[in-house]
Amino acid sequence: MPDTTPKDGFVIFDRVQKSYDGETLVVKDLNLSMPKGEFLTMLGPSGSGKTTCLMMLAGFETATHGEILLDGKPINNIPPHKRGIGMVFQNYALFPHMTVAENLSFPLEVRGMGKSEREEKIKRALDMVQMGAFGNRRPAQLSGGQQQRIALARALVFQPELVLMDEPLGALDKQLREHMQFEITRLAHELGITTVYVTHDQTEALTMSDRVAVFDDGRIQQLAPPDVLYEEPQNSFVAQFIGENNTLEGTVVEMKGTDRCVVKLTDGELIDAKPVNVSKPGEKTRVSIRPERVEFNKDRLQPGAHTLKAEVLEFIYMGDIFRTRLRVAGNDDFVVKTRNAPDQVRLTPGQQIQIGWLPGDCRALDA
Amino acid sequence: MTDASANGQLLTTADGKPLKRALAKAQAHAKRRAFFLVLPLLAFILITFVMPIGQMLHKSFYNEGFTVNEDIGSGVRTPIMTNLKTWFDANPLGTEPDEAAYAALAADLVVLKDLRAAGQAGTRINYEKSGSRSMFTKAARGAEKLKPPFKEAIIKLDKDWADPELWRVMRDATSAYTANFYLAAIDRTKDVNGNIVNVEEARQVYVKLFWRTLKLSIMITLMTFILAYPIAHLLATLPLRYSNLLMILVLLPFWTSLLVRTTSWMILLQSQGVVNDALVGMGLLGDENRLQMMYNQMGTMVAMTHILLPFMVLPLYSVMRPINPSYVRAARSLGATSWTAFRRIYFPQTAPGIGAGALLVFILAVGYYITPALVGGADGQLISNLIAFHMQKSLNWSLAAALAAILLGCVMVLYWLYDRLIGIDNLKLG
Repeated sequence: MPDTTPKDGFVIFDRVQKSYDGETLVVKDLNLSMPKGEFLTMLGPSGSGKTTCLMMLAGFETATHGEILLDGKPINNIPPHKRGIGMVFQNYALFPHMTVAENLSFPLEVRGMGKSEREEKIKRALDMVQMGAFGNRRPAQLSGGQQQRIALARALVFQPELVLMDEPLGALDKQLREHMQFEITRLAHELGITTVYVTHDQTEALTMSDRVAVFDDGRIQQLAPPDVLYEEPQNSFVAQFIGENNTLEGTVVEMKGTDRCVVKLTDGELIDAKPVNVSKPGEKTRVSIRPERVEFNKDRLQPGAHTLKAEVLEFIYMGDIFRTRLRVAGNDDFVVKTRNAPDQVRLTPGQQIQIGWLPGDCRALDA
Repeated sequence: MTDASANGQLLTTADGKPLKRALAKAQAHAKRRAFFLVLPLLAFILITFVMPIGQMLHKSFYNEGFTVNEDIGSGVRTPIMTNLKTWFDANPLGTEPDEAAYAALAADLVVLKDLRAAGQAGTRINYEKSGSRSMFTKAARGAEKLKPPFKEAIIKLDKDWADPELWRVMRDATSAYTANFYLAAIDRTKDVNGNIVNVEEARQVYVKLFWRTLKLSIMITLMTFILAYPIAHLLATLPLRYSNLLMILVLLPFWTSLLVRTTSWMILLQSQGVVNDALVGMGLLGDENRLQMMYNQMGTMVAMTHILLPFMVLPLYSVMRPINPSYVRAARSLGATSWTAFRRIYFPQTAPGIGAGALLVFILAVGYYITPALVGGADGQLISNLIAFHMQKSLNWSLAAALAAILLGCVMVLYWLYDRLIGIDNLKLG
């Protein structure tokens, strides 16, 4: 659930709403509090309102309602250039008519800094991103990854306490992206800057952040550290959006305390689940189970646990893992992932098996 | 593959032919076909553009009006004024014309009469000394009746034949190659001793007109820039469906005849026109002191600014459209005020468009002809109007060519300066 009483924190969104046309809300009641030094990622599909939130924080959009506070001060009426927030743009926005050094010098010049101090800071910032030798190049002469580093150095050179990044790795290839993910988190932690990072790539969000805010439909669906987000999704949207997920639809038939419930699937079979968004028998639910938590070795299941019949449809060898597609309770897209270990069973298509799981791994969410 | 050229060997194909020759052979067909495709345009440009301009430029320093007569019907070319030329060659500049000189003139006049070329020769002299054409036609009419001593006989026909300036002009004209038209085009002439001097003040027109053309063109360029920059910015930042509509409004003048646009300015600006009537009607202006907004430099400036505006808007628009708004945002987030962000980030990125637009408008304005002719009055004429005058009215094509050549030279110099200062590769026309 979103943090509803944000009173202390370095960056605070307090009941923020945003509408562009006066008819629909792009951001609906946003409440968020970030402590100093945190790396927070806003994750969500396009149109979920995450970039709008970033632009409101940077000062390029004004909040229609509510208050944004930076270090305790409301910033709604402060123009962008007085906010002192570093920003890295999706297309890097390096000034094409200036050299790399001039690009870095720009924020220092507009702050009226002397020449020698500027040069020292530019050198330090360039060394920080391992681009010390590129000061005299033009942005167009650099590769995508190099431009990305310069954009980062420019956002950091004036030592802002808050840095915003708007899908900064979107244009890079996979290998470079993974490397830069590591670089950015390392820098952010070394320098102790507070970072708000926007992306639609969930892997990026999970690997980089202290906390992730999952956006959908103008609201934060869940705000949690990556492991909690992955293992304990609060609703079906988060379960679907983060990582790979198997869902089965059904109805709650019995509650066994707060920790266990029995769900009757659409084809009549019964399974055990952990109730998250359900509280009484008769409620419709969608149960969620991660592909790597599905078990087909009976010995590893708890005694008395419900099992399901499954038919193997497809076996895909992916190197480090095996990916097996099953038909379970009428669902043809039920995926099981197993580690490629010497004693691992390789299933063959057409095989009939029994599958099960620990009840804690199967979460009964909203329908 | 290894790099054989590094070892000083020639790169060859698999069967041992030199690689370069094989490549040329492989591409020869495509090249030939491409050449034939552009050939019609090349021929068109050569025949209708390069050749006439070359001929025109040739005329600016070559005029055979006083040296050769070409019979229009048969095309036979006969040298004229040969006796006079012999005398000029034998006697240096400054020699008082003696009896021999007049005898040569009389002999040449007889030839002129036979060839009916007195008018042509007279016209050539008339370019540099007005009033002399009729002297030639009159003298040639009775040429064979002239008796020695020729000096008295000819001076008796018209005492101006003794004028040393006339003799200086005739001496220059016996050579078809001359720089005198260029001198005339910059308000200079030669005195009797062949020294270059200014023409008398009342007849100095060309230099003044060159300066006025330059001044007005710069002002028009500046005005179009001031008007076009915000419009182009608006067009570039609006959503496409609105900007397309506005773009049509910008282009609308292109679809209207130049003459219609100019005459509508006449309707607006004349002293009994719409603007004056409105001002008088509102009581802002007395009926007796209506503003003179036309038939002067102001009329030329207003109408030409309007007509040339699209040439500034289009290049500006084409450089502004692709400028990502995130540049200005980045500058703002880095601490720049909106003015600094504009001045240091946005404006420099539009420079190629400004250069292209300014060059385009300026070059068009320098050679503009119809609009100043219609709304310029005496005060708002440009050099091109004078070139047209010499082409159509005075028929002094050599002078017109000299003026045009100087104008072309000025534009080339400005183009060169632009290239040196800004770089022509920075130009972006669309």
